[in-house]
Amino acid sequence: MEKTRPQWGNPLQFVFACISYAVGLGNVWRFPYLCQMFGGGSFLVPYIIMLIVEGMPLLYLELAVGQRMRQGSIGAWRTISPYLSGVGVASVVVSFFLSMYYNVINAWGFWYLFHSFQDPLPWSVCPLNGNRTGYDEECERASSTQYFWYRKTLNISPSIQENGGVQWEPALCLTLAWLMVYLCILRGTESTGKVVYFTASLPYCVLLIYLIRGLTLHGATNGLVYMFTPKMEQLANPKAWINAATQIFFSLGLGFGSLIAFASYNEPSNNCQKHAIIVSIINSSTSIFASIVTFSIYGFKATFNYENCLNKVILLLTNSFDLEDGFLTASNLEEVKDYLASTYPSKYSEVFPHIRNCSLESELNTAVQGTGLAFIVYTEAIKNMEVSQLWSVLYFFMLLMLGMGSMLGNTAAILTPLTDSKVISSYLPKEAISGLVCLVNCAIGMLFTMEAGNYWFDIFNDYAATLSLLLIVLVETIAVCYVYGLKRFESDLQVMTGHALNWYWKAMWAFVSPVLIVGLFIFYLSDYILTGTLQYQAWDATQGQLVTKDYPPYALAVIGLLVASSTMCIPLVALGTFIRNRLKTGGTASVA
Amino acid sequence: MLWPLFFLVTAIHAELCHPDAENAFKVRLSIRTALGDKAYVWDTNEEYLFRAMVAFSMRKVPSREATEISHVLLCNVTQRVSFWFVVTDPSRNHTLPAVEVQSAIRMNRNRINNAFFLNDRTLEFLRIPSTLAPPMDPSVPIWIIVFGVIFCIVIVATALLVLSGIRHRRRNNKGLPGLDDAEDKCENTITVENGIPCDPLDTKGGHINDGFLTEDERLTPL
Repeated sequence: MEKTRPQWGNPLQFVFACISYAVGLGNVWRFPYLCQMFGGGSFLVPYIIMLIVEGMPLLYLELAVGQRMRQGSIGAWRTISPYLSGVGVASVVVSFFLSMYYNVINAWGFWYLFHSFQDPLPWSVCPLNGNRTGYDEECERASSTQYFWYRKTLNISPSIQENGGVQWEPALCLTLAWLMVYLCILRGTESTGKVVYFTASLPYCVLLIYLIRGLTLHGATNGLVYMFTPKMEQLANPKAWINAATQIFFSLGLGFGSLIAFASYNEPSNNCQKHAIIVSIINSSTSIFASIVTFSIYGFKATFNYENCLNKVILLLTNSFDLEDGFLTASNLEEVKDYLASTYPSKYSEVFPHIRNCSLESELNTAVQGTGLAFIVYTEAIKNMEVSQLWSVLYFFMLLMLGMGSMLGNTAAILTPLTDSKVISSYLPKEAISGLVCLVNCAIGMLFTMEAGNYWFDIFNDYAATLSLLLIVLVETIAVCYVYGLKRFESDLQVMTGHALNWYWKAMWAFVSPVLIVGLFIFYLSDYILTGTLQYQAWDATQGQLVTKDYPPYALAVIGLLVASSTMCIPLVALGTFIRNRLKTGGTASVA
Repeated sequence: MLWPLFFLVTAIHAELCHPDAENAFKVRLSIRTALGDKAYVWDTNEEYLFRAMVAFSMRKVPSREATEISHVLLCNVTQRVSFWFVVTDPSRNHTLPAVEVQSAIRMNRNRINNAFFLNDRTLEFLRIPSTLAPPMDPSVPIWIIVFGVIFCIVIVATALLVLSGIRHRRRNNKGLPGLDDAEDKCENTITVENGIPCDPLDTKGGHINDGFLTEDERLTPL
């Protein structure tokens, strides 16, 4: 008796699963950075164009393939052509790498969440030094939020060569993160379908609350004006367009096999075209929404720091010249400075080197992305709000929801091919396979809890998925259009869903999207080659800031291995299938 | 006749207390920053209170119980409100060592601050570092407690789900042991007619044929 394939309880679960997977941390910490770097409001132009030209077609393609083939990535591509099941294998390998390091972010989220239940927040004050007369040195040189991130959370070593040991606190949090993931995927779509209701909707609630709070903060408008002022000349910068294309590509999570896995649990008659458009629009709107929140927070933080800087200058001048307390304010600072310079020139020239030039622009200009934005900049803004514990808990809860939602998709991409395979699923039940995958990932993930773990995390983050995904999606598009045949796929879709395929999708799949992906691929390759040796940012505790260092040879070897292990799957499996077929036909020929 | 004495006293005063004198400390107050509208004016009465607090602090030192208010000298009061002070010994000729004054002020810093409604930041004694308040250090860090709670909840939920899955599967296996052999002989796929699966062999024995809908729901009850 053939087991019927599990299905989503209703189509809404499928949409929520896709949204929960696509809307992840990248929408919160990468898009605002890109927006700031590439011209503010004018970045939206290339972004939306790329969404329509690249994002929607490729998303529809993956969902359609999954829904038509009704199997995970390996099975789906094997059905299209046995030589191309390597694409599925490559997807699984990339998903495996991603889930290894992505859950470490959730572990850090848990760490910060648990530490938010204290008064005062541990990252708002520096710890005292040995004899309690001042603050810890490293904390003084950096800031309290940076100290908490680099010293208390990561306990980072000065370079990637110094490994250190496994830190037990992040290791505990990582174990909890994997247990949580296991709990959500344990029963397959039955449990995942219910969890995604929360992981998809709760982040929006928190973002809305933060939007209201953010807009009412003092100085928020500074950040918003700065961000949304369009700098039209950036439209001529090719990097803006390339980054828009890259952001759309990676933000939707194409090529990992998760979308194929999710769509394979659909009913065949599901209208995946509508869902593809809905998911991609929601994903992009969330990015824009999140960047509004981020920039109001930036504005608040920049204004706060600017006013602090001014107050420090005022205090310095008041103390040096014994002026009356409260006489110097921000408004008369300049004229008083001139007056003092003319009246007491010698004394003023002594004090002058210590007077910092406070500028709101330079505070706003500090563009940060990635873990630095989420765990340093945001926490710095949160510690200055009233009732900061509440805002901190809300914020890290949202980060956890976003991260967990993406993890569900990642693990689905790995598990669906495994549970589809008759060999494995006949020996082990679904729960055991999921448990094994989580256990293996957790054990390997302990690498990222070591003292040098964050450097390895950056390696995985930058190199594990980027090039491989571009290649995978390129091969996918070519496979569907030219190997399987666009006409054949079109008639399949028509039979399956009942709607004819619009000419727009055909044009995009056959010509535009492959050309775009090839362009991105060439750009990345040339970028890596031209840069020469790869470098990374290491934390220097003595200076209290990041310094640039070169990767040692074995780290470069690991990078090469990461990229090769996924991309080489495609040709190797094709070769293997070819050899197997030749041996089979050669065997039958000799018998006959 | 009293004038020469007066000049002598002030001369000695100026000798002992002047900016950067030996054993002298500079004090800086930021009253308006601390109190805003409720700021009081710094006059000679406030100075008297200050001298009294310093004398009080010195009297707490074991060997200096005889310190009087008149032994504390203030000088160079500026608009900032900042000034220098020294503490002299009973003979009014020498100033007390800086180390003693420093430790006495540190011990009673809180009382001095409170007398003026200020804190360590707004009433500064330059070169006398204040002892910073130690952070509250509970025996068990709070984060471990929260972690433990969430960890236990997740473990319990996972165990429940796994066990219920195992029990469900065991019940299914026990319920249909004979069915598997019989159905292996017939077609592998279940034929579906009108959305209702049909069993080609009546191996369920005595069950209702789902091909016929029960009529009861169609008729409105009387």
